[in-house]
Amino acid sequence: MKKNRTEEDVYILAIESSCDETAAAVVKNGREVLSNVISSQIALHTLYGGVVPEIASRKHIEKINQVIEAALSQASMTLEEMTAIAVTYGPGLVGALLVGVAEAKAIAYGAGKPLVGVHHIEGHVSANFIEHPDLEPPFICLIVSGGHTHLVVVKDYGEFEILGRTRDDAAGEAFDKVARAVGLGYPGGPKVDKAAKEGNPYAVRFPRAKVEKAPYDFSFSGLKSAVLNHINHARMMGEEICVPDLAASFQYAVVDVLVSHTVEAARELGYRRVAMAGGVASNSALRGEMRRACKKAGLELYYPSPVLCTDNGAMIGAAAYYEYINGARSGWDLNAVPNLKLGER
Amino acid sequence: MKILGIESSSLVASVAVVTDDVLTAEYTVNFKKTHSQTLLPMIDEIAGMLELDLHTIDAIAAAGGPGSFTGLRIGTATAKGLGLALKKPLIHIPTLEAMAYNLWGTDRLVCPIMDARRNQVYTGLYHVSRELETVKEQCPMSVEELVSGLNDRMEPVIFLGDGVGAYRSQIEELMKAPYDFAPAQSNRQRAASVAALGMEYLKKGLTMEAAEFVPDYLRKSQAEREREERNGQMDA
Repeated sequence: MKKNRTEEDVYILAIESSCDETAAAVVKNGREVLSNVISSQIALHTLYGGVVPEIASRKHIEKINQVIEAALSQASMTLEEMTAIAVTYGPGLVGALLVGVAEAKAIAYGAGKPLVGVHHIEGHVSANFIEHPDLEPPFICLIVSGGHTHLVVVKDYGEFEILGRTRDDAAGEAFDKVARAVGLGYPGGPKVDKAAKEGNPYAVRFPRAKVEKAPYDFSFSGLKSAVLNHINHARMMGEEICVPDLAASFQYAVVDVLVSHTVEAARELGYRRVAMAGGVASNSALRGEMRRACKKAGLELYYPSPVLCTDNGAMIGAAAYYEYINGARSGWDLNAVPNLKLGER
Repeated sequence: MKILGIESSSLVASVAVVTDDVLTAEYTVNFKKTHSQTLLPMIDEIAGMLELDLHTIDAIAAAGGPGSFTGLRIGTATAKGLGLALKKPLIHIPTLEAMAYNLWGTDRLVCPIMDARRNQVYTGLYHVSRELETVKEQCPMSVEELVSGLNDRMEPVIFLGDGVGAYRSQIEELMKAPYDFAPAQSNRQRAASVAALGMEYLKKGLTMEAAEFVPDYLRKSQAEREREERNGQMDA
């Protein structure tokens, strides 16, 4: 008996190289991760206090074949057994994206497999599908990372309505800048999170920015400036800065705005399910506050485990699956699009 | 023996297939469109024209640098991806060697020059009267330094490459040794030369696994240079 193609299992080899992680994964039917290999460059970029695009691109080309081969072998599968090849084509660092895109295209072409270009942020959102088999659209999703801060409604797989976005710095960017100012170093998110555990979040009352006539938009540059002013003022007065208190107070101000906007949107628009995605979604204070607020508001909360919050191939494979079964295919002229907008194809 | 050649180290995008001692296809475009959009469709085009099953090629030769960092990586990632999928070895061809090979047969000294910005060119010196013989390994240097070395040799020389466009008047002004500029059909990067020279490498067994292939940039990144300068100052 002939089986319908869509009823067969779909295996996707997914490649991600948009920033400083070279990653590849094999994902079955969009939800089951058979392998998820990540080669991180963080130690290297720490020397420079942030990601250096040219260095990131050079490391990607050095590691990409090994990472892909490891993903296939850890899944105990061959390239021939893959249904399709997926790759992040934006947004991200253009030179970094180009390595993954050129590699994925050549692999798909050489192996005679279809190619699916994936939006990096859609990948982050889709990380939630991997560990939560019951989660299906529609739901509200807060996407927070070093480069992005979006509040969206995930209306269907691959279909988004943007409710709010940051007007200036991304949430993760604010963490990096504050971490640098108080000497915690790079990457700022985990360092601030750790320092804040020892501090008092009510020690300093930092401003919570509201964007006029855009209740779900965010702004973090004012908060960042307030923290820097606080530091300068203390230094001028010869006062010692308590880094844990400052970190906790700053973090609380960021988390407060992220949580209140998200819960308010769910309540206002009548959604019962809330998800988080992106690197900042692994921040312990954000997770704790969001859990508390969602419980109070009777909302179900979903977020990926930390390894799936950072950039990885599995999330790209999950997003690619829904694109693939909807018939999306990319051409051999697929290019990297560094400022690809959410919902754009 | 069949070799697929890939060249994307500069503005030129070029792909070719060499079968034994015959160039069976070459597709070269010198236009502003990014290699990311052109290179694989060009390979697809010649493969279609030749009714070529890519599994029948013996190796993939790619220009391994120097050149545009991004251009090199697009060509390299394309070669590595094909190598991985087809399970074929790669051949790393120094960009300037392949350029010199464009002029095979001349008894004059061949000097390819690529505009490397920052008042430098990537260059090397070669004899290609029979086999390719490296007189000076490829490296970045100023045009003044290059010309002064050529004047010391006083050997007739042929220049080629996009560095000619950028530094022609300076070369004309400073050169004392006899010289010429190569014509259009041989004065830029060509995948035919990468593939043909690749055949010589293949005969000598100079191949590598796709995973091992990395570009030779001949230059550190700006961030690394600046960091070393800062550290150097601190040491001093």
